[in-house]
Amino acid sequence: MAKNYETVIGLEVHVELATKTKIFCGCSTAFGGAPNTHTCPVCTGMPGSLPVLNKQVVEYAAAVGLATNCTITQNCKFDRKNYFYPDNPQNYQISQLYLPICRNGHVDIELEDGTVKPVRIHEIHMEEDAGKLVHDDWEDVSYVDFNRSGVPLIEIVSEPDMRSAKEVIAYLEKLRLIIQYLGASDCKLQEGSMRADVNLSVREAGSTEFGTRTETKNLNSFSAIQRAIEAETARQIDLLESGQPVIQETRRWDDNKEYSYAMRSKEDAQDYRYFPDPDLVPVNISDEWLDEIKSRQPEFKTEKMKRYKEEFGIPDYDINIITDSKKMADIFEEAVAICNKPKKVSNWLMVETMRLLKEHNMDVSDITFSAKNLAALVNLTEAGTINSSVAKEVFEKVFSEDIDPEKYVNEHGLGQVNDESALRQTIEEIVAANPQSVEDYRNGKEKAIGFLVGQTMKAMKGKANPGLVNTMLKEILSK
Amino acid sequence: MSLLDLTATQLAKAIKKGDVTAVDAMQAVIEQIEKKEKELNCYVTFDKEAALKKAGEVQAGIEDGTISGPLAGVPVAIKDNMCTDGVLTTCSSRILGNFVPAFSAEAVIRLEEAGAVIIGKTNMDEFAMGSTTETSAYGVTRNPWNTDHVPGGSSGGSAAAVAAGECFFALGSDTGGSIRQPASYCGVVGMKPTYGTVSRYGLIAYGSSLDQIGPLCKDVTDCATIMETIASHDVKDSTSMLRTDTDFTSALVNDVTGMRIGIPRTYFGEGLDPQVKKAVLDAVNVLKSKGAIVEEFDLDLVDYAIPTYYTIAAAEASSNLERFDGVKYGYRAKEYDGLHDMYKRTRSEGFGPEVKRRIMLGSFVLSSGYYDAYYLKALRVKALIKKAFDNAFAKYDIIIGPVAPTTAPKLGSSLADPIKMYLGDIYTISLNLAGLPGMSIPCGVDSDGLPIGMQIIGDCFKEHNIIRAAYTYELARGGFKTPYDKEVQ
Repeated sequence: MAKNYETVIGLEVHVELATKTKIFCGCSTAFGGAPNTHTCPVCTGMPGSLPVLNKQVVEYAAAVGLATNCTITQNCKFDRKNYFYPDNPQNYQISQLYLPICRNGHVDIELEDGTVKPVRIHEIHMEEDAGKLVHDDWEDVSYVDFNRSGVPLIEIVSEPDMRSAKEVIAYLEKLRLIIQYLGASDCKLQEGSMRADVNLSVREAGSTEFGTRTETKNLNSFSAIQRAIEAETARQIDLLESGQPVIQETRRWDDNKEYSYAMRSKEDAQDYRYFPDPDLVPVNISDEWLDEIKSRQPEFKTEKMKRYKEEFGIPDYDINIITDSKKMADIFEEAVAICNKPKKVSNWLMVETMRLLKEHNMDVSDITFSAKNLAALVNLTEAGTINSSVAKEVFEKVFSEDIDPEKYVNEHGLGQVNDESALRQTIEEIVAANPQSVEDYRNGKEKAIGFLVGQTMKAMKGKANPGLVNTMLKEILSK
Repeated sequence: MSLLDLTATQLAKAIKKGDVTAVDAMQAVIEQIEKKEKELNCYVTFDKEAALKKAGEVQAGIEDGTISGPLAGVPVAIKDNMCTDGVLTTCSSRILGNFVPAFSAEAVIRLEEAGAVIIGKTNMDEFAMGSTTETSAYGVTRNPWNTDHVPGGSSGGSAAAVAAGECFFALGSDTGGSIRQPASYCGVVGMKPTYGTVSRYGLIAYGSSLDQIGPLCKDVTDCATIMETIASHDVKDSTSMLRTDTDFTSALVNDVTGMRIGIPRTYFGEGLDPQVKKAVLDAVNVLKSKGAIVEEFDLDLVDYAIPTYYTIAAAEASSNLERFDGVKYGYRAKEYDGLHDMYKRTRSEGFGPEVKRRIMLGSFVLSSGYYDAYYLKALRVKALIKKAFDNAFAKYDIIIGPVAPTTAPKLGSSLADPIKMYLGDIYTISLNLAGLPGMSIPCGVDSDGLPIGMQIIGDCFKEHNIIRAAYTYELARGGFKTPYDKEVQ
């Protein structure tokens, strides 16, 4: 490569909002119903039906805007984007063009060298999702499923401020974290609740002019995004190096082939004939309403990390992982509030919880156990009521069924045996049954005691206090 | 005396008293329909058995006391752009020729809850686009006063049905005059309420920001009564208004003393038929003699109303009518090659020429590069027109003018020159642009015996003023003989 190139990237990120009902009707947004079961006259575009805005969509969109330092358009409007396609029941999508709800924001991303870089957000707008076409190749027909039609989305449009795949991933992870903290979406790329389209151009390093950009779609994972950016950068540089122009077009990424192909060029661009939707009145977000939304904003990761360091004195490594999701942080804070043992709670989360999540191929968002039961478990261990191996067993039950540990320990007789007379009887039996080990120990083989402790624990079904067994064994053997 | 001599409210009273039944009333209407329909073609859909059955059910409800509204038992006709659950709703278009909705329009539900009995669905200009009811895919409707003439439009079927005694009252919709103008041409009372007063839910949209449902009926009392029944705040319609002043019958007061009436000079200038002018001004003088204060004034921007209206209405229509694509319901072309060909053929075969003209016009004014010059400018003019009316209503309680420049034209004389047809909307469309209420009330006939309507315009939410003036005028004028009345005489 003769010249030095710089990649310039802007993103259009679609996020499906976590409302229970659709944006313009009362139908459920639940995933996976039988085709056309979550539908009504409004979201199937029946003649005479009219849209009514779901206020929760406005609240989520405004909350995301506030968290990304945007200006909220307190008098925003919906516009119709007109285009014919069978998954679009009215043949127009209700979206926002002229007065989007949020504008001029930014999020800060941390670069590898530790410096912080702001990525500007041009706008965030609200819109409705389309239905889904199901093609039956066998019958050579297509069916339409309108269950997704009218599911609320926000589109977050960044400025072309990113310069590498790493920056893009950092930006997306930051957005995802913010939105998950707000509870506005689960932001799962694989399931399509977060989708990113990559606008990319290259230019000679040092140039202030932008090159011609392409838009790449169908990116379903962070790794796909990374591969697509690298491939598109290389493709554009190859074109420029060979003296060919980059054509402004939309490209579709095929992650299996690690290759993108052109879907449509600028010349084929449709005229969407945007105009304000006359069926909807302007959305007036009063100062009071905005204050209400502001007052509900959660504490985000950065602030949480700072507070944890001061308040709980747990390692930075733990803090970083715990605050990576609001769910984990909430469990942590709630459990600590009950048992006041930050490090112990953190250990359960960092070690056993993470292990079980991995083992069951689950995500933090899939956690079902309550902070209350985790705190109870910590208390039982700390009080010496159960020993650590029993605690692990009980935690598995907490993790899978959210059982009440105290009740469970009582019902299953798992309490640690500290009763010396009960222990003495068992130890004496073990000593009597293992003369060889006893002799070895007395002959100076210190390790032999370990075997005897193990045998005693086994006989006590793991419930004996192992420290006590050790002490008592030594005492009995020294007689 | 025939039952058909009664107004809707008179009939409801007679039914309540037990003098007649809802079934008798329906029977009388059906007889009249069977006699006149071949000639007039007021209805697109009329199911005799269903109507009689429903009348029987309502009568039972009246007798057991579960139905007691002021319109209980009264047969009503519904314009065919309002959804009726389980009943064909075509918008007089081929593209909805087989469309049966799964829900009823809110206004229809309100009427049914009040005990009105639906007779059938009335003919109209296709998708309410037209001023003559000649653009219907299901044949023209003829004017009962003279069957060589049009009934007006787009609610021509509703207006003609009322005038001919084929119903006791009807619902119409008014986007640019589509209730008031046919009411004028057919010699009945028609009213467009303030935008947002009657829910648009279930009204198949033409120009969403302009459409309003309203009554076509025999007199002002009926009009106020129907308005009171259909007005509602509907959470299903975001543009629906919460009003606490929908007690329209309380405005049925025979007194206009001190009422300030503005007469816009521009509404009486060039282009207005002298006979229409005289009849309207004579009616104004009646109100003056009753104590109203009448003053001429200059209403601004009248010349801009037509281009503004056709820009906005066509733009909205071009988008509203996109859903008729052959995918989900309605007509689909028999033969096609792929998706885009299916769209093209379905819409080419399904829509008539006037609808296509407005879709093209609307698509053009919204297209990139033209949006600012046309659509956005039209929205600005719309706001200025509203302001001009605001200024007028600072001085006057009501404004009076003609409804249309002429009486009903002959069949076939309008469609050849659409611009001329559009110009006929000059006195009515400003109200839709400004969201104002307006009523057409008969005030005479021309030398050909065709009725003339006077238009009474009120400020937003001031239907009371209109009803009061109209009621006072109506009492002074005396009975207005409809074609039906003349026929039975």
